Amino acid sequence: MGLGSAVLNRDARSASRLLSLIEDGDPRATAELKELYSHTGKSYLIGITGPPGSGKSTLADQLIAHYRSQGLRIGMLAIDPSSPFSGGAVLGDRIRMQRHATDSDVFIRSMANRNWPGGLSQAAGEAVRVLEAYGCDPVIVETVGVGQSEIEVARLAYTTILVCTPATGDKIQALKAGVIEIADIIVMNKADLPDAEHASKSIEMIIGMKPPSSWRVPVVSSVARDGKGIDKVIDAIEAHRRVMESTGTLTRKKLETAKSQLREIIWRKLCETARARLPGDSELEQYAEQLMRGSGDPYSLAEEVVRKLG
Amino acid sequence: MNKPIRVLIAKPGLDGHDRGAIVIAHALRDAGMEVIYTGIRQTPEQIANAAIQEDVRVVGLSCLSGAHNRLFPKVVELLRAEGAPDILVFGGGIIPEEDIPSLKKAGIAEIFGPGTMTADIIAFIRAHTS
Repeated sequence: MGLGSAVLNRDARSASRLLSLIEDGDPRATAELKELYSHTGKSYLIGITGPPGSGKSTLADQLIAHYRSQGLRIGMLAIDPSSPFSGGAVLGDRIRMQRHATDSDVFIRSMANRNWPGGLSQAAGEAVRVLEAYGCDPVIVETVGVGQSEIEVARLAYTTILVCTPATGDKIQALKAGVIEIADIIVMNKADLPDAEHASKSIEMIIGMKPPSSWRVPVVSSVARDGKGIDKVIDAIEAHRRVMESTGTLTRKKLETAKSQLREIIWRKLCETARARLPGDSELEQYAEQLMRGSGDPYSLAEEVVRKLG
Repeated sequence: MNKPIRVLIAKPGLDGHDRGAIVIAHALRDAGMEVIYTGIRQTPEQIANAAIQEDVRVVGLSCLSGAHNRLFPKVVELLRAEGAPDILVFGGGIIPEEDIPSLKKAGIAEIFGPGTMTADIIAFIRAHTS
């Protein structure tokens, strides 16, 4: 197929096609990913998360503009939720970034989470690899609008930005466990709204209670729509990156990511094998009829079936 | 599991009347499709590039300003130039009947005017993407 080589040669259509194969769980993607793998792992991964409507995409748009002004090539993965009812989705993040649509050094891909939990999509990790191989550095990943406990982005990104707004709540909200714990940088967006300063101070107070470490989470105010505060967000990202690199945390994180990706792929292959060996529908029905006749229990039956499979 | 059909809904040109486009996006979402809506005031270049990056099967164009005769064929032309002639392009908005034959000749698969049932658009997309 040659998609892998085409991606390395910066063919946008091939990158796009490969992303679709990965999203659809097409086994043809594996051969291409094998070819690309040695060209990945070198880009800086930035995660943006936060509640729905907090300004994640608008912030991403501004970050893209900044990085482009530095001559960098950016990959953007924007994830939105799928309907649990219809399975469909409206992917409405790109709309905030369309000024970059004709810039060949910005690759934006919208993805539906297809009801994958945690804030990302199942394909997000591998999609990032494709964008890396395509030559994007940094790669920005935007989660769906998250609630309090979707934290998957922190496993993928090296710097995780939590975007909140003055309406997100008071110091008791900031005290609660969950997504606030994964933030490396907190952006108080829509800082032109009432009570913005008070909201920022509440969060700062709670953050200040963490034991001292090599990184103190900053709370940065912004009005992303107007480009205000963006330079401070960029400074915070750069500062965090320097700390990650100088303390060896970045290397450890990449190792952990490689480990969990390997675990996930092995698990997937084991599940495929197991699924192929599951008794078929008619066989299962025979067992079920046996149970309905009062003969035996499903646990012993299952043990016998598995034992016979060897 | 059926792979969801990815659709781009776009408004080329300068009109800001997006209710129709949003109605379509909503209906396609509820029909199980993944809809990327790129908003108002898009150039054909923005639309075509987005369609390529998003690897959509279908592009739906909405135009109420009368610029469809120039803008709709331009999108088709750009998609073909990018090596994606297989993307299904349909249009809607305020399109006079007499313009439809030339739009179809230029590669717009169908025009759905005001009053079209969304179910017809959904059926059309499904029929042309299976």
